[in-house]
Amino acid sequence: MSVKTLTINNIPVAAEQGKTILEAAKESGIHIPTLCYLEGVSPAAACRVCLVEIEGSNKLQPACVTQVAEGMVIYTDTPKLQQYRRMDIELLFAEGNHVCAVCVANGNCELQDLAVEVGMDHSRFPYRFPDRSVDVSHPQFGIDHNRCILCTRCVRVCDEIEGAHVWDVANRGENCYIVSGLHQPWGEVDACTSCGKCVDACPTGSIFRKGTTTDEKSRDRAKLEFLVNAREKHEWTR
Amino acid sequence: MDLEELLEIGQQERDRQQQKKTRIRCCTAAGCLSSGAETVKNNLEIAVIEAGLEDSVEVCGVGCLRFCGRGTLVEIDPNGILYEEVLPDQASGIISALSEGDKNREELPRQSDRNHPFFALQMPLVLENSGKINPERIEEYIAVGGYQRLHHVLMEMTSAEVIEEISKSGLRGRGGGGYPTGLKWATVAKMRSPPTPLNKGGVGQKYVICNADEGDPGAFMDRSVLESDPHRILEGMAIAGYAIGANYGYIYVRAEYPLAIKRLEKAIQQAKKYELLGSQIFDSPFDFKIDIRVGAGAFVCGEETALIGSIEGKRGNPRPRPPYPAESGLWGCPTLINNVETFANIVPIIREGSDWYSSIGTETSKGTKVFALTGKVSNTGLIEVPMGTTVRQIVAEMGGGVPDGGKVKAVQTGGPSGGCIPAEFFDTPVDYESLLKLGTMMGSGGAIVMDEETNMVEIARFYMEFCRGESCGKCVPCRAGTVQLYALLSKLLNRQANQSDLEQLEALSYMVKETSLCGLGQSAPNPVLSTLKYFQQEYLDLI
Repeated sequence: MSVKTLTINNIPVAAEQGKTILEAAKESGIHIPTLCYLEGVSPAAACRVCLVEIEGSNKLQPACVTQVAEGMVIYTDTPKLQQYRRMDIELLFAEGNHVCAVCVANGNCELQDLAVEVGMDHSRFPYRFPDRSVDVSHPQFGIDHNRCILCTRCVRVCDEIEGAHVWDVANRGENCYIVSGLHQPWGEVDACTSCGKCVDACPTGSIFRKGTTTDEKSRDRAKLEFLVNAREKHEWTR
Repeated sequence: MDLEELLEIGQQERDRQQQKKTRIRCCTAAGCLSSGAETVKNNLEIAVIEAGLEDSVEVCGVGCLRFCGRGTLVEIDPNGILYEEVLPDQASGIISALSEGDKNREELPRQSDRNHPFFALQMPLVLENSGKINPERIEEYIAVGGYQRLHHVLMEMTSAEVIEEISKSGLRGRGGGGYPTGLKWATVAKMRSPPTPLNKGGVGQKYVICNADEGDPGAFMDRSVLESDPHRILEGMAIAGYAIGANYGYIYVRAEYPLAIKRLEKAIQQAKKYELLGSQIFDSPFDFKIDIRVGAGAFVCGEETALIGSIEGKRGNPRPRPPYPAESGLWGCPTLINNVETFANIVPIIREGSDWYSSIGTETSKGTKVFALTGKVSNTGLIEVPMGTTVRQIVAEMGGGVPDGGKVKAVQTGGPSGGCIPAEFFDTPVDYESLLKLGTMMGSGGAIVMDEETNMVEIARFYMEFCRGESCGKCVPCRAGTVQLYALLSKLLNRQANQSDLEQLEALSYMVKETSLCGLGQSAPNPVLSTLKYFQQEYLDLI
């Protein structure tokens, strides 16, 4: 195994041959934003957030799949990349129905974090307000397509780690959506082992655990009455 | 099958043809069929029998006769008369004119002027057999020298010599990118397959793929080649297979080309019957089999990595390159992908030699290029011209300009991936570099002529609508960006846009171009950028 030396943002970096730019940067403590990338599953290079500039290449290259080479000169945060990243995130926000205030992932959302990171305070593109559905047929989980950014993390994690291949992408272009089973409601897919890996993989609030959404808060008011009764009348049963 | 048998079949076929004094060639490619060529051909056959000329006249269906805008086309051999817009009831007139001359002129269909630049400037190489032979009979292909090059290559050349010959010819990929074909072949030839359970450490499996997923609006070159001369593709693929060490080929053809599929299937069947495909071809150790895979109607499957996915039975999604298919293609094996027209060029290169081939064309672009000339132009059809022919020669001389004396405004080449060439640049020679410099590309060969009436912003929106519908949806800039670009163009055309929308249109175009994953997204904004560059005033007028 040989080691390649390169520079990332003018910082000299040594990385094993076969490593990606993203891995090399991570080892050296250089942050490259990612979105569809998930360690442990195959890279998709679909979100285009991790694009970097490489000197001598006329194309921007995704850091998650591009392997290091000797003498590479890489820039990860040029004004052009900053501008394109912001547009990319704006396109994602305009494409779906992302309403942070009522989202289960509010404050714990990679899309939201990225928007903050790239300085996106609003979308310059008009919101498309697509008509999308919510599937809560599964007893434990739900999928809200309004919040889906088609990163395909769920598809890859279910196929490659769990080996169930419950998810796939249906249709094409703007009409793409994540489909469960043979286009069945999630709850009817026999292949689903209810392992919850897709929930953990989802960067947004699209796939979620039931009981965590905003209007699912349940109050057990009868408990107060029970406690009062228990204390005053010594009735210990409900 | 050996060479003697092959030559014998060819001789028998030539003898058969010479028994008849006259051959009436009726175009049966898709263009003419849609204007009733089938009935015309039947009526001609009936008229021949009625006139008692069965012994001296043969009516045969052939491939494309070029002048697609004037179908049905009927050509008389040997006198070379080409009748245009033949109607079924004119069949008997054509037959009687054979013996009586054209004294009843008014009953006859119009004749094409074979000296018109549309024909005179053509240089048939890829289309050399098109319109001459019956594409459904392998004997006719053999009669014009078919499969002799395959024999020559297998018996007298090493694979390295074949690659050398292709490299020296200067042939470049005709699918649009213009990658040197010889270099691609040499790369795949040098690749080693990963070991599999069945193949441990051997040379391993490799594949040849013919990309016949022609999807650009207005382009029909590959379809015509497949419908007119399918055996030429099979022979070219087999030679490629020998050169790179592959024994299996796939032709990926779109389902919208049923006639091309039918003729390819027939051609493969006939070639197998004559043992020109299969095991130990010409008793050499070389095996080559070809299968057809039919696309399900996605434009993106013309992109090579998506095409490979589709053949593997997966969703036709592009994946990042590298690794290129030459290294890891179909089922992870080294794979050669070339376009239909590229494979069609192989036989003439081997036959006439690389020196001859490289004498045609310009410094960097050798050989000929087939264009499908359409749009606001008098002479619509298929043309094959040497590289370096100027746009003006193609549009004004061959195409005959805009019908009714209008003025040509621009030519669109390269389909949704290309751009417009405005009239002031019509003296540009057509080659890969010159077109790139103008902000368009060679593409697969669609050439759509636009006149002064055409609104260039609408053209840009048309192509954007196409790309938006054909995006696979994998990467964000192409999936969401084309939607926003389309919305911005619509806003302009609805006269609701302002200066900042125009700026956003340009900025987003560059963003989609530079950040998309595959060629579809990377080239989707080209029609916008090209019209913005040359026809900016039309955009400004809409604000």
